[in-house]
Amino acid sequence: MRVRSRVVCVGDDVDTDAIIPGKYLGSQEPAFLALHVLEGLSGRFPGDLSNVAILCAGENFGCGSSREHAALALRAAGIRCVIAASFARIFFRNAINTGLLAVELKEVSRLSEGDDVEVDIEYGKVVNHSTGEVFSIPQYAGTVRDIVAAGGLVEYVRRRTGR
Amino acid sequence: MGQTLTQKILSQKAGKPVKTGEVVEIGVDFTLTHDVTGPIAVSEFNRMGAGLVWDRDRVALVLDHATPSKDIQAAEACRKLRRFAAEQGISRVYDEGQGVEHVLLPESRWLRPGSVLFGADSHTVTAGACALFATGVGSTDLAAIWALGTTWIRVPAQMRLNFTGEMPRWLSGKDLILYVLRLIGTNGAHYQSMEFTGPVISRLDMDQRFTLCNMSVEAGAKNGIVPADEVTAAFFGVSPEELKELVSDEDATYEQWLEVDVSGMPPQVAVPSSPGNVKDVTELGDIQVDRVFIGSCTNGRLGDLEAAAEVLRGKRIARGVVALVLPGSTEVFREALKRGLVDTFLEAGVTVGPPSCGPCYGGHLGVAGPGEVVVSTSNRNFRGRMGHADALVYLASPAVAAASAVTGRISSPEEVI
Ligand code: SF4
Repeated sequence: MRVRSRVVCVGDDVDTDAIIPGKYLGSQEPAFLALHVLEGLSGRFPGDLSNVAILCAGENFGCGSSREHAALALRAAGIRCVIAASFARIFFRNAINTGLLAVELKEVSRLSEGDDVEVDIEYGKVVNHSTGEVFSIPQYAGTVRDIVAAGGLVEYVRRRTGR
Repeated sequence: MGQTLTQKILSQKAGKPVKTGEVVEIGVDFTLTHDVTGPIAVSEFNRMGAGLVWDRDRVALVLDHATPSKDIQAAEACRKLRRFAAEQGISRVYDEGQGVEHVLLPESRWLRPGSVLFGADSHTVTAGACALFATGVGSTDLAAIWALGTTWIRVPAQMRLNFTGEMPRWLSGKDLILYVLRLIGTNGAHYQSMEFTGPVISRLDMDQRFTLCNMSVEAGAKNGIVPADEVTAAFFGVSPEELKELVSDEDATYEQWLEVDVSGMPPQVAVPSSPGNVKDVTELGDIQVDRVFIGSCTNGRLGDLEAAAEVLRGKRIARGVVALVLPGSTEVFREALKRGLVDTFLEAGVTVGPPSCGPCYGGHLGVAGPGEVVVSTSNRNFRGRMGHADALVYLASPAVAAASAVTGRISSPEEVI
Protein backbone atom coordinates (compact mmCIF):
# COMPACT_ATOMS: atom_id res chain seq x y z
CA MET A 1 0.00 0.00 0.00
CA ARG A 2 1.43 3.37 -1.06
CA VAL A 3 0.30 6.92 -0.44
CA ARG A 4 1.99 9.96 -1.97
CA SER A 5 1.04 13.61 -1.58
CA ARG A 6 1.99 17.02 -0.42
CA VAL A 7 1.95 17.10 3.40
CA VAL A 8 0.38 19.40 5.97
CA CYS A 9 2.02 19.57 9.42
CA VAL A 10 0.61 20.07 12.91
CA GLY A 11 2.34 20.08 16.31
CA ASP A 12 2.55 17.96 19.48
CA ASP A 13 -0.38 16.77 21.62
CA VAL A 14 -3.11 17.38 19.07
CA ASP A 15 -6.09 16.00 21.01
CA THR A 16 -9.32 14.51 19.76
CA ASP A 17 -11.19 17.73 20.58
CA ALA A 18 -8.83 19.58 18.24
CA ILE A 19 -9.38 17.00 15.51
CA ILE A 20 -13.16 17.12 15.83
CA PRO A 21 -14.76 19.30 18.54
CA GLY A 22 -17.25 17.61 20.87
CA LYS A 23 -20.17 19.67 19.61
CA TYR A 24 -20.13 17.82 16.27
CA LEU A 25 -20.25 14.31 17.74
CA GLY A 26 -23.99 14.00 17.28
CA SER A 27 -23.24 13.17 13.64
CA GLN A 28 -21.39 10.21 12.14
CA GLU A 29 -21.92 11.59 8.62
CA PRO A 30 -18.49 11.64 6.90
CA ALA A 31 -19.19 14.69 4.73
CA PHE A 32 -20.30 16.69 7.76
CA LEU A 33 -17.32 15.63 9.88
CA ALA A 34 -14.94 16.46 7.02
CA LEU A 35 -16.21 20.05 7.03
CA HIS A 36 -15.11 20.52 10.65
CA VAL A 37 -11.92 18.50 10.77
CA LEU A 38 -9.07 20.08 12.79
CA GLU A 39 -11.34 22.99 13.60
CA GLY A 40 -10.44 22.78 17.28
CA LEU A 41 -6.70 23.31 16.64
CA SER A 42 -5.50 26.24 18.66
CA GLY A 43 -3.39 28.61 16.61
CA ARG A 44 -3.03 28.05 12.93
CA PHE A 45 -5.70 26.13 11.04
CA PRO A 46 -4.07 24.15 8.26
CA GLY A 47 -6.67 25.36 5.79
CA ASP A 48 -7.18 23.69 2.48
CA LEU A 49 -6.77 19.93 2.76
CA SER A 50 -7.87 19.13 -0.77
CA ASN A 51 -5.19 17.08 -2.54
CA VAL A 52 -3.55 16.39 0.82
CA ALA A 53 -3.53 12.72 1.78
CA ILE A 54 -0.78 12.79 4.42
CA LEU A 55 -0.85 14.69 7.69
CA CYS A 56 2.34 15.05 9.76
CA ALA A 57 2.23 15.51 13.53
CA GLY A 58 4.47 15.55 16.58
CA GLU A 59 4.20 13.54 19.77
CA ASN A 60 1.01 12.02 21.20
CA PHE A 61 -1.27 12.65 18.24
CA GLY A 62 -4.93 11.92 19.00
CA CYS A 63 -4.76 12.05 22.80
CA GLY A 64 -7.94 12.55 24.82
CA SER A 65 -11.21 10.71 24.47
CA SER A 66 -11.85 7.36 22.81
CA ARG A 67 -14.11 8.97 20.19
CA GLU A 68 -13.76 7.30 16.80
CA HIS A 69 -15.09 10.41 15.11
CA ALA A 70 -11.54 11.77 15.12
CA ALA A 71 -10.20 9.10 12.78
CA LEU A 72 -13.40 9.13 10.73
CA ALA A 73 -13.25 12.90 10.25
CA LEU A 74 -9.65 12.81 8.99
CA ARG A 75 -10.45 9.95 6.64
CA ALA A 76 -13.55 11.76 5.37
CA ALA A 77 -11.45 14.87 4.68
CA GLY A 78 -9.27 12.78 2.37
CA ILE A 79 -6.39 12.08 4.75
CA ARG A 80 -5.23 8.51 4.18
CA CYS A 81 -2.16 8.50 6.39
CA VAL A 82 -0.99 10.29 9.53
CA ILE A 83 2.76 10.28 10.20
CA ALA A 84 3.48 11.20 13.83
CA ALA A 85 6.38 11.00 16.24
CA SER A 86 3.96 9.05 18.47
CA PHE A 87 0.25 8.34 18.78
CA ALA A 88 -2.11 8.17 21.72
CA ARG A 89 -2.94 4.48 21.90
CA ILE A 90 -6.72 4.52 21.51
CA PHE A 91 -6.42 6.85 18.52
CA PHE A 92 -3.85 4.50 16.96
CA ARG A 93 -6.29 1.61 17.26
CA ASN A 94 -9.21 3.67 15.99
CA ALA A 95 -7.16 4.79 12.97
CA ILE A 96 -6.13 1.26 12.02
CA ASN A 97 -9.70 0.06 12.56
CA THR A 98 -11.30 2.72 10.39
CA GLY A 99 -8.82 2.37 7.52
CA LEU A 100 -6.61 5.36 8.26
CA LEU A 101 -2.89 4.53 8.16
CA ALA A 102 -1.02 5.56 11.29
CA VAL A 103 2.75 5.59 10.88
CA GLU A 104 5.20 6.28 13.69
CA LEU A 105 8.32 8.11 12.59
CA LYS A 106 10.67 9.65 15.15
CA GLU A 107 12.27 11.81 12.43
CA VAL A 108 8.92 13.32 11.40
CA SER A 109 10.37 16.82 11.87
CA ARG A 110 12.45 16.14 8.73
CA LEU A 111 9.22 16.47 6.76
CA SER A 112 8.05 20.06 6.22
CA GLU A 113 4.78 21.58 5.18
CA GLY A 114 4.36 21.30 1.42
CA ASP A 115 6.96 18.53 0.94
CA ASP A 116 6.12 15.78 -1.52
CA VAL A 117 6.10 12.66 0.65
CA GLU A 118 5.53 9.00 -0.12
CA VAL A 119 4.66 6.31 2.42
CA ASP A 120 5.18 2.71 1.44
CA ILE A 121 3.68 0.31 3.94
CA GLU A 122 4.85 -2.98 2.34
CA TYR A 123 8.46 -1.88 2.07
CA GLY A 124 8.38 -0.06 5.40
CA LYS A 125 9.70 3.29 4.23
CA VAL A 126 8.86 6.96 4.01
CA VAL A 127 10.43 8.96 1.17
CA ASN A 128 10.65 12.73 1.19
CA HIS A 129 10.84 13.42 -2.56
CA SER A 130 11.44 17.12 -1.89
CA THR A 131 14.69 16.49 -0.02
CA GLY A 132 15.56 13.02 -1.24
CA GLU A 133 15.66 11.61 2.29
CA VAL A 134 14.44 8.08 2.97
CA PHE A 135 13.36 6.82 6.41
CA SER A 136 12.50 3.31 7.42
CA ILE A 137 9.39 2.55 9.44
CA PRO A 138 8.37 -0.66 11.19
CA GLN A 139 6.07 -2.87 9.14
CA TYR A 140 2.65 -3.73 10.51
CA ALA A 141 2.55 -7.23 11.92
CA GLY A 142 0.02 -9.92 12.68
CA THR A 143 -3.57 -8.89 13.11
CA VAL A 144 -2.78 -5.21 12.52
CA ARG A 145 -1.36 -6.05 9.09
CA ASP A 146 -4.47 -8.07 8.26
CA ILE A 147 -6.83 -5.27 9.34
CA VAL A 148 -4.90 -2.75 7.24
CA ALA A 149 -4.97 -5.11 4.27
CA ALA A 150 -8.74 -5.53 4.64
CA GLY A 151 -9.17 -1.76 4.69
CA GLY A 152 -10.52 -1.62 8.22
CA LEU A 153 -11.88 -3.65 11.08
CA VAL A 154 -15.46 -4.08 9.84
CA GLU A 155 -14.21 -5.63 6.59
CA TYR A 156 -11.64 -7.68 8.47
CA VAL A 157 -14.30 -9.20 10.73
CA ARG A 158 -16.60 -9.86 7.76
CA ARG A 159 -13.82 -11.72 5.98
CA ARG A 160 -12.79 -13.62 9.05
CA THR A 161 -16.29 -14.76 9.89
CA GLY A 162 -17.00 -15.50 6.21
CA ARG A 163 -19.86 -13.00 5.73
CA MET B 1 13.31 -14.76 32.73
CA GLY B 2 10.64 -13.53 35.12
CA GLN B 3 7.46 -11.82 34.07
CA THR B 4 5.33 -9.03 35.47
CA LEU B 5 1.69 -9.78 36.29
CA THR B 6 0.56 -7.93 33.15
CA GLN B 7 2.98 -9.99 31.02
CA LYS B 8 1.76 -13.19 32.68
CA ILE B 9 -1.89 -12.46 31.95
CA LEU B 10 -1.20 -11.42 28.34
CA SER B 11 1.03 -14.47 27.77
CA GLN B 12 -1.68 -16.76 29.04
CA LYS B 13 -4.30 -15.16 26.76
CA ALA B 14 -1.95 -15.13 23.77
CA GLY B 15 -0.94 -18.75 24.31
CA LYS B 16 2.78 -17.90 24.24
CA PRO B 17 5.26 -15.75 26.20
CA VAL B 18 4.85 -12.15 25.05
CA LYS B 19 7.59 -9.58 24.44
CA THR B 20 7.33 -5.81 24.93
CA GLY B 21 6.31 -4.04 21.72
CA GLU B 22 5.08 -7.08 19.81
CA VAL B 23 1.49 -7.26 18.54
CA VAL B 24 -0.36 -10.34 19.74
CA GLU B 25 -3.89 -11.62 19.47
CA ILE B 26 -5.48 -12.39 22.82
CA GLY B 27 -8.71 -13.89 24.08
CA VAL B 28 -11.00 -11.52 25.97
CA ASP B 29 -12.95 -12.55 29.08
CA PHE B 30 -15.20 -9.56 29.70
CA THR B 31 -16.46 -6.54 27.77
CA LEU B 32 -18.12 -3.32 28.78
CA THR B 33 -19.83 -0.45 27.01
CA HIS B 34 -22.12 2.43 27.99
CA ASP B 35 -24.86 4.66 26.65
CA VAL B 36 -22.46 6.94 24.72
CA THR B 37 -20.06 4.45 23.10
CA GLY B 38 -22.53 1.53 23.05
CA PRO B 39 -24.94 2.69 20.34
CA ILE B 40 -22.02 3.11 17.88
CA ALA B 41 -20.69 -0.32 18.85
CA VAL B 42 -24.13 -1.82 18.12
CA SER B 43 -24.27 -0.17 14.67
CA GLU B 44 -20.74 -1.32 13.81
CA PHE B 45 -21.46 -4.81 15.12
CA ASN B 46 -24.48 -5.01 12.84
CA ARG B 47 -22.37 -3.80 9.88
CA MET B 48 -19.96 -6.66 10.56
CA GLY B 49 -22.83 -9.04 9.88
CA ALA B 50 -21.78 -11.19 12.82
CA GLY B 51 -25.25 -12.06 14.06
CA LEU B 52 -24.86 -13.02 17.69
CA VAL B 53 -22.18 -11.84 20.11
CA TRP B 54 -19.52 -14.48 20.81
CA ASP B 55 -20.68 -14.95 24.39
CA ARG B 56 -23.68 -13.08 25.72
CA ASP B 57 -22.66 -13.75 29.32
CA ARG B 58 -19.44 -11.81 28.84
CA VAL B 59 -21.04 -8.56 27.74
CA ALA B 60 -22.02 -5.78 30.14
CA LEU B 61 -24.07 -2.75 29.10
CA VAL B 62 -24.12 0.10 31.61
CA LEU B 63 -26.44 3.05 31.10
CA ASP B 64 -24.59 5.55 33.26
CA HIS B 65 -23.48 8.61 31.33
CA ALA B 66 -26.47 10.69 30.26
CA THR B 67 -28.78 8.94 32.69
CA PRO B 68 -31.35 9.04 34.22
CA SER B 69 -31.88 10.07 30.60
CA LYS B 70 -31.22 13.78 30.46
CA ASP B 71 -32.89 14.37 27.10
CA ILE B 72 -34.66 12.63 24.24
CA GLN B 73 -31.43 11.60 22.50
CA ALA B 74 -30.23 9.96 25.71
CA ALA B 75 -33.49 8.08 26.11
CA GLU B 76 -33.17 6.80 22.55
CA ALA B 77 -29.58 5.70 23.07
CA CYS B 78 -30.61 3.72 26.15
CA ARG B 79 -33.50 2.17 24.29
CA LYS B 80 -31.21 1.06 21.49
CA LEU B 81 -29.00 -0.75 24.01
CA ARG B 82 -31.94 -2.36 25.79
CA ARG B 83 -33.27 -3.61 22.47
CA PHE B 84 -29.84 -4.98 21.56
CA ALA B 85 -29.66 -6.77 24.93
CA ALA B 86 -33.08 -8.33 24.35
CA GLU B 87 -32.16 -9.51 20.82
CA GLN B 88 -28.85 -10.94 21.98
CA GLY B 89 -30.04 -12.41 25.27
CA ILE B 90 -27.60 -10.24 27.23
CA SER B 91 -28.69 -10.16 30.85
CA ARG B 92 -25.95 -8.00 32.35
CA VAL B 93 -27.65 -4.67 31.73
CA TYR B 94 -27.30 -2.01 34.42
CA ASP B 95 -30.13 0.34 33.70
CA GLU B 96 -30.42 4.10 34.15
CA GLY B 97 -29.53 5.26 37.63
CA GLN B 98 -28.03 1.98 38.91
CA GLY B 99 -24.48 3.21 38.95
CA VAL B 100 -21.23 4.05 37.20
CA GLU B 101 -19.69 1.18 35.22
CA HIS B 102 -16.27 1.19 36.89
CA VAL B 103 -17.87 1.09 40.31
CA LEU B 104 -20.56 -1.46 39.43
CA LEU B 105 -18.57 -4.10 37.61
CA PRO B 106 -15.90 -4.73 40.24
CA GLU B 107 -18.53 -4.47 42.99
CA SER B 108 -20.59 -7.23 41.35
CA ARG B 109 -17.56 -9.59 41.52
CA TRP B 110 -18.37 -10.52 37.92
CA LEU B 111 -14.81 -9.68 36.86
CA ARG B 112 -12.24 -12.16 38.16
CA PRO B 113 -8.55 -11.77 39.07
CA GLY B 114 -6.24 -12.84 36.26
CA SER B 115 -8.79 -12.14 33.53
CA VAL B 116 -8.89 -9.67 30.62
CA LEU B 117 -11.47 -6.87 30.36
CA PHE B 118 -11.89 -4.59 27.35
CA GLY B 119 -14.27 -1.67 27.66
CA ALA B 120 -15.39 1.06 25.29
CA ASP B 121 -14.39 3.68 27.84
CA SER B 122 -10.95 4.97 28.72
CA HIS B 123 -11.42 4.49 32.47
CA THR B 124 -11.88 0.73 32.04
CA VAL B 125 -8.36 0.62 33.53
CA THR B 126 -9.99 1.04 36.98
CA ALA B 127 -10.64 -2.70 37.27
CA GLY B 128 -6.88 -3.42 37.23
CA ALA B 129 -7.09 -3.03 41.01
CA CYS B 130 -8.54 -6.57 40.98
CA ALA B 131 -5.23 -8.01 39.66
CA LEU B 132 -6.61 -8.28 36.14
CA PHE B 133 -5.74 -6.70 32.78
CA ALA B 134 -8.25 -3.99 31.88
CA THR B 135 -8.03 -1.39 29.13
CA GLY B 136 -10.15 0.99 27.06
CA VAL B 137 -10.84 0.86 23.31
CA GLY B 138 -13.11 2.56 20.76
CA SER B 139 -16.58 1.38 19.79
CA THR B 140 -15.61 -0.49 16.61
CA ASP B 141 -12.89 -2.34 18.46
CA LEU B 142 -15.44 -3.42 21.01
CA ALA B 143 -17.86 -4.51 18.29
CA ALA B 144 -15.14 -6.71 16.79
CA ILE B 145 -14.53 -8.31 20.19
CA TRP B 146 -18.27 -9.04 20.41
CA ALA B 147 -17.96 -10.76 17.04
CA LEU B 148 -14.70 -12.65 17.58
CA GLY B 149 -14.07 -12.94 21.31
CA THR B 150 -10.48 -11.87 20.63
CA THR B 151 -8.57 -8.72 19.84
CA TRP B 152 -5.06 -7.51 19.07
CA ILE B 153 -2.82 -5.71 21.47
CA ARG B 154 0.66 -4.24 21.42
CA VAL B 155 2.39 -5.57 24.53
CA PRO B 156 3.10 -2.58 26.78
CA ALA B 157 6.40 -1.68 28.41
CA GLN B 158 6.37 -2.15 32.17
CA MET B 159 6.52 0.60 34.73
CA ARG B 160 6.63 -0.03 38.46
CA LEU B 161 5.56 2.46 41.11
CA ASN B 162 6.67 1.41 44.55
CA PHE B 163 5.18 3.30 47.51
CA THR B 164 6.88 3.37 50.89
CA GLY B 165 6.64 5.38 54.10
CA GLU B 166 3.87 6.33 56.50
CA MET B 167 0.55 7.47 55.01
CA PRO B 168 -0.43 10.76 56.68
CA ARG B 169 -3.90 10.88 58.26
CA TRP B 170 -5.83 12.52 55.39
CA LEU B 171 -3.94 11.07 52.47
CA SER B 172 -5.80 8.75 50.09
CA GLY B 173 -5.31 6.79 46.89
CA LYS B 174 -6.39 9.94 45.01
CA ASP B 175 -3.49 11.93 46.44
CA LEU B 176 -1.04 9.18 45.51
CA ILE B 177 -2.08 9.05 41.87
CA LEU B 178 -2.21 12.85 41.61
CA TYR B 179 1.33 12.91 43.00
CA VAL B 180 2.41 10.36 40.38
CA LEU B 181 0.88 12.56 37.66
CA ARG B 182 2.81 15.47 39.11
CA LEU B 183 6.04 13.48 38.81
CA ILE B 184 5.66 11.95 35.37
CA GLY B 185 3.07 14.14 33.59
CA THR B 186 0.12 13.20 31.43
CA ASN B 187 2.35 11.40 28.94
CA GLY B 188 4.72 9.81 31.44
CA ALA B 189 3.32 6.30 31.13
CA HIS B 190 2.47 6.50 27.42
CA TYR B 191 1.62 2.99 26.09
CA GLN B 192 2.92 1.47 29.33
CA SER B 193 1.57 -0.72 32.04
CA MET B 194 1.62 0.88 35.51
CA GLU B 195 2.04 -1.57 38.36
CA PHE B 196 1.44 -0.30 41.90
CA THR B 197 3.36 -2.02 44.71
CA GLY B 198 4.98 -1.52 48.08
CA PRO B 199 4.01 -1.54 51.75
CA VAL B 200 1.72 1.49 51.34
CA ILE B 201 -0.28 -0.25 48.61
CA SER B 202 -0.52 -3.47 50.66
CA ARG B 203 -2.34 -1.48 53.33
CA LEU B 204 -4.69 0.32 50.92
CA ASP B 205 -8.26 -1.01 50.76
CA MET B 206 -9.87 -1.90 47.43
CA ASP B 207 -11.73 1.41 47.11
CA GLN B 208 -8.44 3.32 47.15
CA ARG B 209 -6.79 0.88 44.79
CA PHE B 210 -9.59 1.48 42.28
CA THR B 211 -8.90 5.22 42.48
CA LEU B 212 -5.18 4.61 41.80
CA CYS B 213 -5.79 2.44 38.77
CA ASN B 214 -8.62 4.70 37.52
CA MET B 215 -6.27 7.61 36.85
CA SER B 216 -3.40 5.56 35.39
CA VAL B 217 -4.95 6.45 32.02
CA GLU B 218 -4.42 10.13 32.82
CA ALA B 219 -0.69 9.36 32.62
CA GLY B 220 -1.30 7.74 29.22
CA ALA B 221 -1.04 4.18 30.52
CA LYS B 222 -2.51 1.20 28.71
CA ASN B 223 -3.41 -0.40 32.02
CA GLY B 224 -2.94 0.03 35.73
CA ILE B 225 -2.62 -3.03 37.93
CA VAL B 226 -2.28 -4.01 41.58
CA PRO B 227 -0.95 -7.57 42.05
CA ALA B 228 -3.10 -9.92 44.12
CA ASP B 229 -2.67 -10.07 47.89
CA GLU B 230 -4.78 -10.68 51.00
CA VAL B 231 -6.89 -7.60 50.35
CA THR B 232 -7.73 -8.83 46.84
CA ALA B 233 -8.50 -12.31 48.14
CA ALA B 234 -10.78 -10.98 50.88
CA PHE B 235 -12.62 -8.82 48.32
CA PHE B 236 -13.34 -11.88 46.19
CA GLY B 237 -14.01 -14.14 49.16
CA VAL B 238 -11.25 -16.62 48.23
CA SER B 239 -8.13 -17.76 50.02
CA PRO B 240 -4.88 -15.86 49.24
CA GLU B 241 -3.48 -19.24 48.21
CA GLU B 242 -5.85 -19.31 45.22
CA LEU B 243 -4.46 -16.03 43.88
CA LYS B 244 -0.80 -16.60 44.67
CA GLU B 245 0.22 -16.85 40.99
CA LEU B 246 -1.23 -13.41 40.25
CA VAL B 247 1.82 -11.41 41.24
CA SER B 248 4.92 -10.31 39.34
CA ASP B 249 8.00 -12.53 39.48
CA GLU B 250 10.85 -11.25 41.64
CA ASP B 251 13.16 -11.15 38.63
CA ALA B 252 10.69 -9.48 36.26
CA THR B 253 12.17 -6.53 34.39
CA TYR B 254 10.69 -3.04 34.22
CA GLU B 255 11.53 -0.35 31.70
CA GLN B 256 10.82 2.27 34.38
CA TRP B 257 10.86 2.04 38.17
CA LEU B 258 9.77 4.84 40.48
CA GLU B 259 10.05 4.97 44.27
CA VAL B 260 7.63 7.25 46.09
CA ASP B 261 7.91 8.00 49.81
CA VAL B 262 4.52 9.17 51.03
CA SER B 263 5.65 10.26 54.51
CA GLY B 264 4.61 13.83 55.24
CA MET B 265 2.96 14.29 51.82
CA PRO B 266 0.24 16.96 51.92
CA PRO B 267 -3.04 16.34 50.05
CA GLN B 268 -2.59 16.89 46.31
CA VAL B 269 -4.75 18.97 43.96
CA ALA B 270 -4.69 19.11 40.14
CA VAL B 271 -5.22 22.72 39.12
CA PRO B 272 -6.75 23.82 35.79
CA SER B 273 -6.61 22.56 33.15
CA SER B 274 -4.65 19.33 33.20
CA PRO B 275 -4.62 16.35 35.56
CA GLY B 276 -0.83 16.62 35.42
CA ASN B 277 -0.84 20.17 36.80
CA VAL B 278 -0.60 19.08 40.43
CA LYS B 279 0.28 21.08 43.55
CA ASP B 280 0.18 20.59 47.33
CA VAL B 281 -3.14 21.84 48.69
CA THR B 282 -1.10 24.03 51.01
CA GLU B 283 0.53 25.96 48.14
CA LEU B 284 -2.73 27.04 46.57
CA GLY B 285 -3.54 30.21 48.49
CA ASP B 286 -7.04 31.61 48.67
CA ILE B 287 -9.23 30.08 45.95
CA GLN B 288 -12.97 30.66 46.35
CA VAL B 289 -15.18 27.74 45.36
CA ASP B 290 -18.61 27.72 43.67
CA ARG B 291 -19.24 23.99 43.25
CA VAL B 292 -18.11 20.78 44.86
CA PHE B 293 -18.72 17.40 43.26
CA ILE B 294 -18.11 14.15 45.15
CA GLY B 295 -18.63 11.03 43.07
CA SER B 296 -17.58 9.54 39.67
CA CYS B 297 -15.73 6.35 38.79
CA THR B 298 -12.68 7.78 40.55
CA ASN B 299 -14.19 8.53 43.96
CA GLY B 300 -17.82 7.41 44.13
CA ARG B 301 -17.29 4.40 46.40
CA LEU B 302 -18.28 3.84 50.01
CA GLY B 303 -14.83 4.62 51.41
CA ASP B 304 -14.86 7.92 49.51
CA LEU B 305 -18.26 8.89 50.88
CA GLU B 306 -17.12 7.93 54.37
CA ALA B 307 -14.05 10.17 54.10
CA ALA B 308 -16.24 13.07 52.93
CA ALA B 309 -18.81 12.47 55.67
CA GLU B 310 -16.11 12.38 58.31
CA VAL B 311 -15.11 15.91 57.35
CA LEU B 312 -18.71 17.14 57.03
CA ARG B 313 -20.17 15.58 60.18
CA GLY B 314 -21.85 18.20 62.32
CA LYS B 315 -20.90 21.04 59.96
CA ARG B 316 -22.62 23.19 57.32
CA ILE B 317 -21.25 23.94 53.89
CA ALA B 318 -20.39 27.58 53.20
CA ARG B 319 -23.11 29.92 51.97
CA GLY B 320 -23.13 30.24 48.19
CA VAL B 321 -21.45 26.86 47.58
CA VAL B 322 -23.35 24.13 45.74
CA ALA B 323 -22.19 20.69 46.86
CA LEU B 324 -23.34 17.45 45.29
CA VAL B 325 -22.76 13.82 46.14
CA LEU B 326 -23.58 11.15 43.55
CA PRO B 327 -22.98 7.66 45.00
CA GLY B 328 -21.24 5.38 42.49
CA SER B 329 -23.88 2.64 42.64
CA THR B 330 -27.16 1.60 44.24
CA GLU B 331 -25.16 -0.62 46.60
CA VAL B 332 -22.97 2.32 47.68
CA PHE B 333 -26.11 4.46 48.06
CA ARG B 334 -27.87 1.88 50.27
CA GLU B 335 -24.84 1.34 52.45
CA ALA B 336 -24.35 5.13 52.77
CA LEU B 337 -27.98 5.37 53.92
CA LYS B 338 -27.55 2.56 56.45
CA ARG B 339 -24.41 4.07 57.92
CA GLY B 340 -25.97 7.51 58.24
CA LEU B 341 -23.68 9.12 55.68
CA VAL B 342 -26.60 10.42 53.63
CA ASP B 343 -28.02 12.07 56.76
CA THR B 344 -24.68 13.71 57.40
CA PHE B 345 -24.61 15.08 53.86
CA LEU B 346 -28.17 16.37 53.95
CA GLU B 347 -27.68 17.98 57.36
CA ALA B 348 -24.58 19.70 56.05
CA GLY B 349 -26.55 21.15 53.14
CA VAL B 350 -25.12 18.82 50.52
CA THR B 351 -27.41 17.57 47.72
CA VAL B 352 -27.46 13.80 47.19
CA GLY B 353 -28.46 12.62 43.70
CA PRO B 354 -28.84 9.35 41.80
CA PRO B 355 -25.83 7.23 40.83
CA SER B 356 -24.64 8.64 37.47
CA CYS B 357 -21.57 10.10 35.75
CA GLY B 358 -23.47 13.39 36.12
CA PRO B 359 -21.28 16.49 35.84
CA CYS B 360 -17.98 14.59 35.54
CA TYR B 361 -18.05 14.90 31.75
CA GLY B 362 -20.20 18.03 31.71
CA GLY B 363 -23.30 16.06 30.85
CA HIS B 364 -25.88 17.02 33.43
CA LEU B 365 -26.70 17.24 37.15
CA GLY B 366 -24.63 20.19 38.26
CA VAL B 367 -22.79 21.39 35.14
CA ALA B 368 -20.45 24.37 35.71
CA GLY B 369 -21.16 27.81 34.26
CA PRO B 370 -18.67 30.36 32.88
CA GLY B 371 -16.02 31.38 35.38
CA GLU B 372 -17.24 29.01 38.09
CA VAL B 373 -14.66 27.26 40.25
CA VAL B 374 -15.30 23.57 40.82
CA VAL B 375 -13.60 21.16 43.22
CA SER B 376 -14.27 17.69 41.87
CA THR B 377 -13.26 14.21 42.93
CA SER B 378 -13.36 13.04 39.28
CA ASN B 379 -10.38 12.49 37.00
CA ARG B 380 -10.22 15.13 34.25
CA ASN B 381 -10.10 18.90 34.43
CA PHE B 382 -9.52 19.71 30.76
CA ARG B 383 -10.98 23.00 29.58
CA GLY B 384 -14.73 22.57 29.16
CA ARG B 385 -14.79 19.08 30.69
CA MET B 386 -17.39 19.86 33.39
CA GLY B 387 -19.38 22.45 31.51
CA HIS B 388 -18.46 25.90 30.25
CA ALA B 389 -15.00 26.28 28.69
CA ASP B 390 -14.21 29.07 31.17
CA ALA B 391 -15.11 27.06 34.27
CA LEU B 392 -12.05 26.17 36.38
CA VAL B 393 -11.88 22.60 37.65
CA TYR B 394 -9.63 21.45 40.53
CA LEU B 395 -9.30 17.70 41.09
CA ALA B 396 -8.93 16.50 44.66
CA SER B 397 -9.71 13.72 47.13
CA PRO B 398 -13.16 13.41 48.77
CA ALA B 399 -11.74 14.76 52.06
CA VAL B 400 -10.32 17.88 50.39
CA ALA B 401 -13.54 18.37 48.39
CA ALA B 402 -15.62 18.14 51.58
CA ALA B 403 -13.32 20.51 53.49
CA SER B 404 -13.51 22.99 50.60
CA ALA B 405 -17.31 22.86 50.69
CA VAL B 406 -17.23 23.76 54.39
CA THR B 407 -14.81 26.69 54.12
CA GLY B 408 -15.87 27.90 50.68
CA ARG B 409 -12.27 27.91 49.48
CA ILE B 410 -9.91 25.09 48.57
CA SER B 411 -8.84 23.65 51.90
CA SER B 412 -7.01 20.81 53.54
CA PRO B 413 -9.19 18.63 55.81
CA GLU B 414 -6.96 19.67 58.71
CA GLU B 415 -8.32 23.21 58.51
CA VAL B 416 -11.80 21.91 59.27
CA ILE B 417 -11.27 19.05 61.71
S1 SF4 C 1 -17.64 9.04 35.93
FE1 SF4 C 1 -16.68 10.41 34.45
S2 SF4 C 1 -14.74 9.47 33.88
FE2 SF4 C 1 -15.98 7.92 34.95
S3 SF4 C 1 -17.01 6.79 33.29
FE3 SF4 C 1 -18.38 8.45 33.94
S4 SF4 C 1 -17.91 10.18 32.58
FE4 SF4 C 1 -16.23 8.71 32.42
